[in-house]
Amino acid sequence: MTAKEKALGNVANYVDERTGAAAWMKKNLNKVFPDHWSFMLGEVALYSFIILLLSGVFLTFWFDPSQREVLYQGDYQPLSGLKMSAAYASTLHISFDIRGGLLMRQIHHWAALLFMVAMVAHLMRVFFTGAFRKPREFNWIIGVGLVTLGIVEGFLGYSLPDDLLSGTGIRIAEAILQAIPVVGTYLAFFAFGGPFPGEVFIPRIFTVHVLLLPGIFLALITAHLMLVWYQKHTQYPGPGRTEKNVVGYPLMPIYMAKAGGFFFIVFGVIAFLSTVASINAIWLYGPYTPGQISAGSQPDWYMGWLDGLVRMAPPLETHAFGHTISWNILIPGLIVPGILFTGMALYPFIESWITGDKREHHLLDRPRNAPNRTALGAMSVTFILVTLFNGGNDIIATNFSLTINQIMWFSRIGIFVLPPIAFVITKRLCLSLQRADRDLVLHGTETGTLLRLPHGEFVEVHAPISQVDAWKLTQHEQIPALELSTEDSHGVRRGNALRNKLRSRMSQAASDQVAKPNETDLKELEGH
Amino acid sequence: MLLLFALFMIGTTFSVASASTKQASGSLSRSVAIDEGRQIFLKGCSSCHGLNAEGGSIAPSLIGVGAASVDFQVGTGRMPMADMTVQAMRKTPAYTPEQVAAVAAYVASLAPGPAIPGSEIVNYERDGSTAEGGELFRTNCAMCHNFAGQGGALSQGKFAPTLMESDPKTIVEAMITGPQSMPVFSDKIITPAEKLSIIKWIKAAQVEPSLGGAALGRVGPVTEGLLAWTLGLGLLIGIAVWLATKAR
Repeated sequence: MTAKEKALGNVANYVDERTGAAAWMKKNLNKVFPDHWSFMLGEVALYSFIILLLSGVFLTFWFDPSQREVLYQGDYQPLSGLKMSAAYASTLHISFDIRGGLLMRQIHHWAALLFMVAMVAHLMRVFFTGAFRKPREFNWIIGVGLVTLGIVEGFLGYSLPDDLLSGTGIRIAEAILQAIPVVGTYLAFFAFGGPFPGEVFIPRIFTVHVLLLPGIFLALITAHLMLVWYQKHTQYPGPGRTEKNVVGYPLMPIYMAKAGGFFFIVFGVIAFLSTVASINAIWLYGPYTPGQISAGSQPDWYMGWLDGLVRMAPPLETHAFGHTISWNILIPGLIVPGILFTGMALYPFIESWITGDKREHHLLDRPRNAPNRTALGAMSVTFILVTLFNGGNDIIATNFSLTINQIMWFSRIGIFVLPPIAFVITKRLCLSLQRADRDLVLHGTETGTLLRLPHGEFVEVHAPISQVDAWKLTQHEQIPALELSTEDSHGVRRGNALRNKLRSRMSQAASDQVAKPNETDLKELEGH
Repeated sequence: MLLLFALFMIGTTFSVASASTKQASGSLSRSVAIDEGRQIFLKGCSSCHGLNAEGGSIAPSLIGVGAASVDFQVGTGRMPMADMTVQAMRKTPAYTPEQVAAVAAYVASLAPGPAIPGSEIVNYERDGSTAEGGELFRTNCAMCHNFAGQGGALSQGKFAPTLMESDPKTIVEAMITGPQSMPVFSDKIITPAEKLSIIKWIKAAQVEPSLGGAALGRVGPVTEGLLAWTLGLGLLIGIAVWLATKAR
């Protein structure tokens, strides 16, 4: 043992005697994680969040979250001498006068967009591979919570500079608040401390944006990661991988190095975007005044679907007992999002109710092997895409020589028609892929070698696929539909007939599969 | 011909009777221009606007629209229209500036209307205020033309065009005549001095530098979101795939 090793050992021993960390570290640093690129989407979200924290702290040093009116005397000539809020003026100050300020603002905003992009991509990965199944339902709900909070946090963040675009967004948020029946008006007055825009809203959302929500984020992300740690990471099926093990590399040193390196890569990509592409150029929007509005006012993309829903709503309103109920805002602004997010949060429970599968799952599904779930996912994505499309209707109209009215009607009809079509097509595609897998296992791959038989027939030589590949294509289980009899063992009709019928039908749909090849199939094939 | 144009310019602003000898030559050249304009009008415009510019079922009457309107519509190539489906599109003008001036003189002779703005607008650089122009623009124009003058969509496929190629004269003409779907911003609503400020702001917006990187069309968050999903996520997934492959 060299002197250096001895010294290090002494330090480690000193710490261990006081903290007992050695045993814990030994156990946890050797923890094994499976390796796949799609497992890194969540990492992107995590690293974006860290970058958001760091760049956000920088911005708070100069940002003045106040709606007090000031006279702009700064360097940006097109706004010189205008009255504006201190929030807007200080954002201009950060952009033009603070060294690296504009870069930091752009890093903060691009990181926010990528944070949401990565969370949604991660969510789709988890959904389409069935990683949300028992025992990970709670972690799925935490994830849905993080996406929801991310939308709110992002909205509050880009509302802070009090520019013309974000002020318009706040105005719409106020309208959605007011659309809540009976109490809406009071809630709006409460939030704004009086009539819109007031002077308290920006200071209030600043506190929520930099203190309350980041705190909740940190807590939820910690819980999210602790659950991943405790429940182990899921893995894609492969040789030697079972529901009872995890095949991969240890945290130390492989993932420490990889994750550490990947953090800097994410930082690099965000910094790259921030240097080459402008984002939220607030000096172009001008300061917010309720009397002004710009064409093509849009929210950031993660709110775009909500805007798209509001834009396609027909003008419906009812007046009753001295109250106005604006269905045109209430339905797209609150009811539909409420249904969407509740459905998303409850999906693991709904699926397990439909399939009757209450077992633990640590091996992931290939999306094609769960056709019903994959089709449901494609249906939801299509729904959101239609709303996003309509959310950008004015930009799309001017750039592609379409009319807003065409796009609106396309979306109004498409929102009902396209998702079911996507469902059917995706399900058929999944089943076709299953059929292709079956063919591959039974007949092997095409070699491109043609053989002429003595009697003149041409055949293509097929090479059998490797055992590993064959195993990957056949390892999944195919859960049969639930058999829910309408009568119990005594021949008495069960209650909840309608519910059972519904469950039975959905279970039937969920179990649509192309039978995977089994031994009989193989033997039969060998026979000829 | 250029001389004729110059004389015509003088002529149109010469509405008050004066005792100078110029009057005779002015009105003479004006009547020549009117006559020439009428000939062009009969060939190129009358099939829709009627032989006496009285309008018809598919085109409005031009009596009283003034020279400014003709100069804007024909001078920017919007008239004659290529197709009548949505609105007149800006394109290469079908007529020379002299011919445009002649038609303008003819239409102006039918009834009084807004005249082509004179030399006072060249002073926008001296007399206008960019910041005030920006305020006026955001209050009166941005709702259709977008916060940066990039244009925007209106209903039924109509649109407010981009102002990135507009010159001071057409900007004022558009404001005082209200072409296509645009309302009229008369000198009572936006004073001539304020118009100069708006011009100054638009001219500044045309050369606005791309601070902070590529401007992404200056249409707000839609293109930003698109870039985040394509370039941003694309790069990160590409790197993630590479990292996961490297480990093997």
